[in-house]
Amino acid sequence: MPSGMAQYREVGELDELARMDSPVHRLDARAQALTTMAFILAVMSYSRYEVSGLMPLLIYPVVLIAAGKLPVGVLLRKLAMAAPFALFVGIFNPLLDRHVVATVGSCPVSGGWLSFASIMIRFILTVSAALILVSCTGIHRLCAGLERLGMPRVFAVQLLFLYRYFFVIGDEGLRMRRSVEIRSAGSALGFTVYGHLIGNLLVRAMDRAQRIYRAMVARGFDGEIRTLNRMAWGWRETGFVVGWTAFFLVARVWNLAERLGAQLMGSGL
Amino acid sequence: MSHHLVEVKDLVFTYPDGTEALRGVSFRITHGECVAVIGGNGAGKSTLLQHLNGYLMPQRGDVRVGDFSLTPETAAAVRRSVGMVFQDSDDQLFMPTVFEDVVFGPLHLGMTAGEAGKRAQDALERVGMAHLRDRPPYKLSAGEKRAVAIATVLSGVPDVLVMDEPSSNLDPRGRRRLMELLRSFEHTRIIATHDLELVVELCPRVIVLDGGRVMADGPTAILLGDEVLMLRHGLEKPHSLRHQHPH
Repeated sequence: MPSGMAQYREVGELDELARMDSPVHRLDARAQALTTMAFILAVMSYSRYEVSGLMPLLIYPVVLIAAGKLPVGVLLRKLAMAAPFALFVGIFNPLLDRHVVATVGSCPVSGGWLSFASIMIRFILTVSAALILVSCTGIHRLCAGLERLGMPRVFAVQLLFLYRYFFVIGDEGLRMRRSVEIRSAGSALGFTVYGHLIGNLLVRAMDRAQRIYRAMVARGFDGEIRTLNRMAWGWRETGFVVGWTAFFLVARVWNLAERLGAQLMGSGL
Repeated sequence: MSHHLVEVKDLVFTYPDGTEALRGVSFRITHGECVAVIGGNGAGKSTLLQHLNGYLMPQRGDVRVGDFSLTPETAAAVRRSVGMVFQDSDDQLFMPTVFEDVVFGPLHLGMTAGEAGKRAQDALERVGMAHLRDRPPYKLSAGEKRAVAIATVLSGVPDVLVMDEPSSNLDPRGRRRLMELLRSFEHTRIIATHDLELVVELCPRVIVLDGGRVMADGPTAILLGDEVLMLRHGLEKPHSLRHQHPH
């Protein structure tokens, strides 16, 4: 069952990336979390029709992927898995907003298409930034860092469990799919069967989550996340946060792509 | 009083759906004993085990571990002295690497990173799994997982070890290694299992549960050798006790 194997491999893939060693991985999780938040805020602050202004921000994920030695294929696959959500958010824009706001060459572009493109670019930027954050810190270090940054403990623990149990559900789902595939002999299943499967999956995942929680409590877990990595804020962390935030600000205030274009075309915009 | 003492008195537990899982269970296990809890499916073994590390609270009766009588207030202290090895190692191993998993307990018991790291390394060496410290737990074999799961518990330096089906899913070699490991421990050990041959080899004393009650409590050779008793409670006389000659 090759498809199942591929999915099986993905369980814990980000955790494995987080164990790699690179200059980015060695940064304090707090610095990475703060920079990612600044990045997402910057991306979200653009107007709904903005496309070209967002382009320079692509530099951030590209540089981090290169410096963190992250495998692009893995991140792209995860990005593709989340893409349907963004597609559904933006897909009706071209139908609802037909008024022409720009022309590319001689082709008129409606506001709907422009905002759709903008949504997709924002999706790529923000989700890749979040994936990079988890790949370079690991969920435990990240949650511990967020807690140190002042996030209420209950939220940090929720985040930790959300991530952990996401894989639990995935794992249970995979087992169920295997048994369904074996017994359905390739024929399509009706809605009722799917209803039962989803209900069953939920109950099984909850049971399993309960057992994992028991294992954590049995070993002294009391709501505080403790990790071996000591957090240390040095000049590299300050440089990372200040440097990138300054870049986001510059990119936000001046439309770097247009300026560069104007420079190259020789017109003084 | 010894920290290694486990005493259960008239323990009663009924699940919310009305299933009476325990109907007055009593026993006393003293320092360094290795005791098997056996019984058919639904006999109440798992429910009993969940009381021993304070996951379930007695509805009636008393569970005493060392100096503590189990209440919501003492549950943390009870968990500190009782190490629980789960039936499914995948439930027990939830951290990204073996070492992080083994160090989780000591860190959460309030040790410094250095101290916790040392405890974890010692525990991994004790079970012979130190070479796997940086591997993700879900990639290990069943036998390795079980050994690492035991290390996660040992690193907390418990007085009492409670194990739910420790030999399940292990191949003969893994099972043999596990038995050698369990034999080498000096902790008070409580093992719930269907593996009656393991009981014969490891546990001098056995408690037979059925229908939420203790049906028999005594020397393994006598109780497991009693075919009528075994069959009455959904068990069977182990093969090794049928023949007194070596194979």
